[in-house]
Amino acid sequence: MIILDQISIQQGKFALANVSLRVTSGAYAVLMGRTGSGKTTILETVIGFRRPTSGRVLLGGVDVTHWNPAVRGIGYVPQDGALFSRMSVQDHLAFALKIRRTSRPEIARRVRELSTLLGISHLLDRRPGRLSGGERQRVALGRALAFQPQILCLDEPLSALDDETRQEMCNLLREVREKTGVTTLHVTHNEAEAVLLADTVFRITDGRIVQQQSVGEPATPAEPASLPS
Amino acid sequence: METAVSPSADASGRRRVIGISNSLFFGCCLLIGGSYVLLIVAMLAADAAYVIGQSGAGDGGGWSSYISGNPVIQSLRDPKIQYSIWLSMLSCTLSALLSLLVAVPMGYLMSRRRFPGRNLVDAVLDIPIVLPPLVVGLSLLILFQFPPFSKVAREIVYQVPSVIIAQFAVACAFAVRTMKATFDHIDPRCEQVAISLGCSRFQAFGSVVLPAADRGMMAAVTLAWARSLGEFGPLLIFAGATRMKTEVLSTSVFLEMNVGNVSAAVAVSMIMVAVAVVVLILMRVWGTPQATTDFTLH
Repeated sequence: MIILDQISIQQGKFALANVSLRVTSGAYAVLMGRTGSGKTTILETVIGFRRPTSGRVLLGGVDVTHWNPAVRGIGYVPQDGALFSRMSVQDHLAFALKIRRTSRPEIARRVRELSTLLGISHLLDRRPGRLSGGERQRVALGRALAFQPQILCLDEPLSALDDETRQEMCNLLREVREKTGVTTLHVTHNEAEAVLLADTVFRITDGRIVQQQSVGEPATPAEPASLPS
Repeated sequence: METAVSPSADASGRRRVIGISNSLFFGCCLLIGGSYVLLIVAMLAADAAYVIGQSGAGDGGGWSSYISGNPVIQSLRDPKIQYSIWLSMLSCTLSALLSLLVAVPMGYLMSRRRFPGRNLVDAVLDIPIVLPPLVVGLSLLILFQFPPFSKVAREIVYQVPSVIIAQFAVACAFAVRTMKATFDHIDPRCEQVAISLGCSRFQAFGSVVLPAADRGMMAAVTLAWARSLGEFGPLLIFAGATRMKTEVLSTSVFLEMNVGNVSAAVAVSMIMVAVAVVVLILMRVWGTPQATTDFTLH
């Protein structure tokens, strides 16, 4: 569960005051807003890259407001993947596990499992320079999921993709969510992504977060087309 | 009909004008840029012609006397010049490695962190670049009159370490600039991702940033090495120009000119050019294996 409790953030001239947000365990929340509305700032506050001037960040019921991002256990997928230029796809998938000193057989098993799930088994020896936009995002997703985080934060992960690839990635994100049950906070300005993926949609307008809709259970008739098949 | 023909004629005329304009533009670029390239090539060619002209001058010997009379060969046989080449290689390599050691953390700090006095530090880093080289040497000499430096002055000033320090003092500023530009071009979000995956700052730097900065580091080392090889002013003041002790190749040229031995001075200059070209090519070939790997990947 992700809870932002009366968070205020000051960043130069930009400020957000007393914003709150609650994403229940296992939910897929989409945070929407215009460019410059502060949605990425909120995501970075959840991950720990930004310290709020006041308020609390709770993950799984634990106050992590002053925790380093390295110990929050959040999988993070930035906008263009931000892949490591000198590492192969396999190295990306193994990265978080190597940091955690996981055994080699376990790393190999997890790399196989993730590459199969994400459809990148044939790319394991490639470097980022030789991957397409969609492949890059799959690798970034795999890198974030490798250590089996409880929470996944996605910062406009599909914005640089063409329509067809975006649709494929949406299907993949739904599949990942079904198989892992990871609580997800997905930042985007794209309505279609919200319709396809979200259980809960939050919208930032004029420095306030409004919970626009809550689809809830998969069987809810309000958004049948958007639900996993 | 006139109205139909007129625009087409107009377009054809315009195409011709743009074509001529483009040719003129690239022609001017080639003329202005090319004149500088010609100047460099002409200087080296003149040096080479001078050395060849001096070879075997005054005797009517054959090919062997032509070789043995070549000022470059004579210089290479001279123990003083051999020492000078050896010290140049050693001091340039050490000062380049020291420069890299300092430039990596300094360039990273300047690229990533905002701290009080950052602009001042930035300006200070430019001082060795804009300061006349003689002043750098003089300032180093004065610095070693004050404690704690004065305690080791006897072992350093006018000794081999002073050569390395004088070269490092200037070369490091160039290396820092290169490393800052390198880190500026590496997406800081890569480090953020690494940290979110469980890395400490140090781990993120070591596993993600440094490998991505390999070519920048090679560029910094190359620049620092080349800069060190060409350094002369600070060496003359801070290290002196003692033969078989603090003499490097640039000092050799100065010493040979001082005694009026122009052909030896030109010969040492040719050796410097050759050494610089060989080392820079080797650095390019060995320093960036990644380039070939990337190129051959499918």
